[in-house]
Amino acid sequence: MDRSSHARSRRFAPAVALAAAAALTLAGCSSSSGGKKADEESDAGASAGKANTPRMTVALVTHQAPGDTFWDIVRKGAQAAADKDNVKLVYSADPNAGNQANLVQNAIDQKVDGIAVTLAKPDALRSVLDKAEKAGIPVVGLNSGLADWKKLGLMEFFGQDESVAGEALGKRLNEDGAKKAVCVIHEQGNVGLTQRCDGVKKTFEGSIENLYVNGTDMPSVKSTVTAKLKQDGDIDHLITLGAPFAMTAVQSVDESGSKAKVATFDLNKELTGAIEKGDIEFAVDQQPYLQGYLAVDGLWLYKNNGNYSGGGEQPVLTGPAFVDKTNVKAVAEFASKGTR
Amino acid sequence: MSMAQQAEPAVTTPPAPGPKQTDGRTRERSVALRVLARPEVGVFLGAVAVFVFFLIAAPTLRDGGSMATVLYQSSTIGIMALPVALLMIGGEFDLSAGVAVVTSALTAGMLSYQLTMNVWMGVVVALVASLAVGAFNGWVLMKTGLPSFLVTLATFLVLQGVNLAVTKLVTGNVATDDISDMDGFDQAKALFASSFDVGGVEVKITVVWWLVFAALATWVLLRTKYGNWIFAVGGSQESARAVGVPVTFTKITLFMLVGFGAWFVGMHQLFSFNTVQSGEGVGQELIYIAAAVIGGCLLTGGYGSAIGPVFGAFMFGMVNQGIVFAGWNPDWFKAFLGVMLLGAVLINLYVRRAATRR
Repeated sequence: MDRSSHARSRRFAPAVALAAAAALTLAGCSSSSGGKKADEESDAGASAGKANTPRMTVALVTHQAPGDTFWDIVRKGAQAAADKDNVKLVYSADPNAGNQANLVQNAIDQKVDGIAVTLAKPDALRSVLDKAEKAGIPVVGLNSGLADWKKLGLMEFFGQDESVAGEALGKRLNEDGAKKAVCVIHEQGNVGLTQRCDGVKKTFEGSIENLYVNGTDMPSVKSTVTAKLKQDGDIDHLITLGAPFAMTAVQSVDESGSKAKVATFDLNKELTGAIEKGDIEFAVDQQPYLQGYLAVDGLWLYKNNGNYSGGGEQPVLTGPAFVDKTNVKAVAEFASKGTR
Repeated sequence: MSMAQQAEPAVTTPPAPGPKQTDGRTRERSVALRVLARPEVGVFLGAVAVFVFFLIAAPTLRDGGSMATVLYQSSTIGIMALPVALLMIGGEFDLSAGVAVVTSALTAGMLSYQLTMNVWMGVVVALVASLAVGAFNGWVLMKTGLPSFLVTLATFLVLQGVNLAVTKLVTGNVATDDISDMDGFDQAKALFASSFDVGGVEVKITVVWWLVFAALATWVLLRTKYGNWIFAVGGSQESARAVGVPVTFTKITLFMLVGFGAWFVGMHQLFSFNTVQSGEGVGQELIYIAAAVIGGCLLTGGYGSAIGPVFGAFMFGMVNQGIVFAGWNPDWFKAFLGVMLLGAVLINLYVRRAATRR
């Protein structure tokens, strides 16, 4: 039996060679528009020289799920601060709270000079953060955990109050005369995402309901949002909680024939273009780059000058900053580099 | 559980229009019962039940446009559920199918963008890459004799890591760049992600492809030698080998078919959303497998059909969107989904048992 299949695979060989040759010929077919060539003029990320303070190591441990554009920006900010401050940045992430705690433990074992951590599930990190304190390692929080960072004995916190951001968005909807909104949650059970929608609910004078979509499958996001728009023709605003979902929601609006407007939390480079074109009304930006940057820089300042950002009492807020048609031009340049 | 024992693992060949049986017992088995014993009939009735239920529960669903939305969702699952079902009939399954879709989309998107090439170039290379992943799965499986669970789990993890790491390495971000302004994009979009008008209703082209592929798969399964090989290797690999079925060839090509499906759905995603995030696709493999199993394919292999998974995918899309159309409290979404699916599968099982009794 095996012999016949070997014979077959030998028969495949010329076909493979042919395909390869065809591929090489096709390589002549370059695109006259778009692509990397068109974007190449834009230069590299920000750089502000380098500190000559002693080398230190900072661990950044987040609850990022792999391949999410938002966290990529946080990490870039942290890396930029690390490069400038002569810091070695050790980045690790796991969406599972128990695994994240292990990663913090790992950082303690490495005897790093500082830890920056996100508190998506604060209780799961409690015991390991105590250990860091005992080991004398300064810890700062970022992104999520605004309600818990002080209780857990963290030194500083950099981020956005999710519910304050939601409230700001709700007020903005009132100004725009919205009556009925839908909050699209792309990850069921995520505390921060739910807080955003709850925040909107608090200040929004119209009616609002949540809609869960499967964030790992875009076609399903698209059809679920389309279905919702068809089910309720009165919906005039869609609120998404991540930039890629906003782009998809715009397609759903087109398809369903609805007149709903799309507003979103968080930014990326495609989104700034959509705001310029008017496809998306506005984005609430929590400035993830700033969160990563300030967390690392805060640890550096503490180590080298004994400073406490926020006085050690108050969080340092990085959002909500609104990006709309009036200011998108200024932001777009940075977004295209993947740092806003 | 007892599903595996109850169902007939017989190699289902089309009923030959031979001379009439004279045996009394077989004559007693009416045409209706024989139809009911087909693997796809249970799921068909289940799908009808779910459909009728939501037509009553969700008034907006009666609109043609709403049906188009349901069909679109079903088609993106269904196109992948077909090769996954064939593979399952062939006795194996593929956990890497979900991320393989994203791998294909990332390959095409990045290649065209980075080298500033006509997007068709990326599409072709992505096809080669997807088929290669499938061939690799099949080849390792046959070479080592490891269970497909292990081999494809490994591929799943590798692809997940590669998707992220390579994207980051190449683009500097974790998503691909927008390719919608590049040469060839409009043609590719027309093929993979366009829609057309049927009596005022926008129907997605994926729905057409889904049905075309389903017809093709049914023909292959029931009318070709290759189709017989699939049933044979799934029923019993050893006996299939003994009667001269090229087991290795059949299994490797089945995995490559899954690769083809992943490529197709990946291209749909790329050309419909212009960019792809590298973390997507995780968990989708279970939905494809679920659609195949709901569609009457046995997890143990050797039994099933190509049309069953069509209804399986439809049922999944129907329940998924029906809950939204009905406007139910979304906190319960996943729970509703689970209950409806289980209910539908139980109808499926009941029908099959009733039909094959005696």
